[in-house]
Amino acid sequence: MALSTEPFILNIGPQHPSTHGVFRLRATLDGEIMVDVEPVFGYLHRGIEKLMESRTYKENIPLTDRLDYVSAINNNWPYVMALEKLAEISVPLRAEYIRVIMGELQRIASHLLAVGSLLNDMGSFFTPFMYMFREREKILDLFDMVTGQRLLYNFMRFGGVSHDFPPEFIPALDKFLASMPGFLDEYDQLLAQNEILLARTKGIGILDRQTAINCATSGPVLRGSGVQWDIRRADPYSVYENLEFDVPTGTIGDNYDRYRIRMTEMRQSLRIIRQAVEQLPAGRTLTPVPLRVRPPRGEAYSQIESPRGTLGCYIVSDGTESPYRCHFRAPALLNLTALREMLIGQKLADAIVIFGSIDISMGEVDR
Amino acid sequence: MTRSADAIGLAQTIGGNVEATDAETILVPADRLLDIATRLKNPEGMCFDYLDMITAVDYEEYFELVYRFVSMAENKRLTINTRVPKGNPVVDSLTGLWKSADFQERELFDLFGITFNGHSCLRRMMLWEGFQGHPLRKDYGRGA
Repeated sequence: MALSTEPFILNIGPQHPSTHGVFRLRATLDGEIMVDVEPVFGYLHRGIEKLMESRTYKENIPLTDRLDYVSAINNNWPYVMALEKLAEISVPLRAEYIRVIMGELQRIASHLLAVGSLLNDMGSFFTPFMYMFREREKILDLFDMVTGQRLLYNFMRFGGVSHDFPPEFIPALDKFLASMPGFLDEYDQLLAQNEILLARTKGIGILDRQTAINCATSGPVLRGSGVQWDIRRADPYSVYENLEFDVPTGTIGDNYDRYRIRMTEMRQSLRIIRQAVEQLPAGRTLTPVPLRVRPPRGEAYSQIESPRGTLGCYIVSDGTESPYRCHFRAPALLNLTALREMLIGQKLADAIVIFGSIDISMGEVDR
Repeated sequence: MTRSADAIGLAQTIGGNVEATDAETILVPADRLLDIATRLKNPEGMCFDYLDMITAVDYEEYFELVYRFVSMAENKRLTINTRVPKGNPVVDSLTGLWKSADFQERELFDLFGITFNGHSCLRRMMLWEGFQGHPLRKDYGRGA
């Protein structure tokens, strides 16, 4: 005889360890099956876009770090690029290569955190996470060497970057580049055939290609669903046209595909960094730009491929020293649009893993 | 490299009072937005399958909505702008065509007070229910 059950509402978060920040999921459950989900946003809303309107362009750079705080360098990038477009500021070639090297290191650091916490969500409490943190720490040391900071670097400037590499940086980077593939192999050895990982990810949280595009997902979520779309390729910025790399894609768009893509992208990032170090030209790292830069009236949009997907920045200038309007197209917000599609009909325990596989950062969602 | 769509040609094809404001931007009347967006999405038409970004700007006389579209197959981009009056900021929702419009329109409802007709869940998103005002409007916090 079938038991009649009554749907009930469960609040997951905002202070749940799996929510990677302060995010709340209002789930309606029938037994342990999700019948409805409603994301609740705003716990980290700081009004950054409004704040920017009352500060000068340069004063706003550190605010962009605080959008997606696990990949701060990638957040400076579209903002300075949009302003460089608007004010027609040229960037020295060396600075472009430094941006690429730092940006790709940041991507590895961010993916390590994403994969580590995904495994946490599967219940392997902090062991794989700490393996990932071991290498992330080395990247943070490299960042510390260049910028003096470990999390929020305030690194990019209009027309370049704040610091050139110190003499000890390249040898330290070489050492990291030599050791990292071995560590990635180690992770693969531990994880790629792991029965628990496969059981929790294969065929779970499937997002089909059509829905992924319709929800405007990007980054590993979109590529996991088999769409070969990477802004570094589709609309190359900086010096990515001079660098060779592959854009990995998944086949069915399940948790495993998204996990696999992040693992592969780390190797591709290493490949990019190696080429960039080889091609790194000498010269200046910053074009002199007035402290209170006043771009002409107009608007500009620029976008980059952040670890989470397409990160865009839209600036409207009224000719003064503050932006008239500044908007960030946050990849994590759009990726969350697809969450509902992936969760309904799934079990509660799987929901946590599916959510982890999207890899969100509430800082950029709530802004 | 993403190319811009031929905005001038497109404005002529669509006709009416649609004008190209630069190489990749067209300005459309608010009441024709949904109709034009439907034509853009049509796979036999221009196939702009990816609604990349929606945002708004508060200008002195009107709110301008900015929609960025991408055609993934052809790697082309197009921006559609539309203007709504400040006294009655209402425009049709695109959620029926693209799910990506859902949270972005909700955010604009919350922070700009723009109403999207046909949106199934138009509630505050970043701020809490009962919050007074719309912070991204220029008159917010200036005693208005």
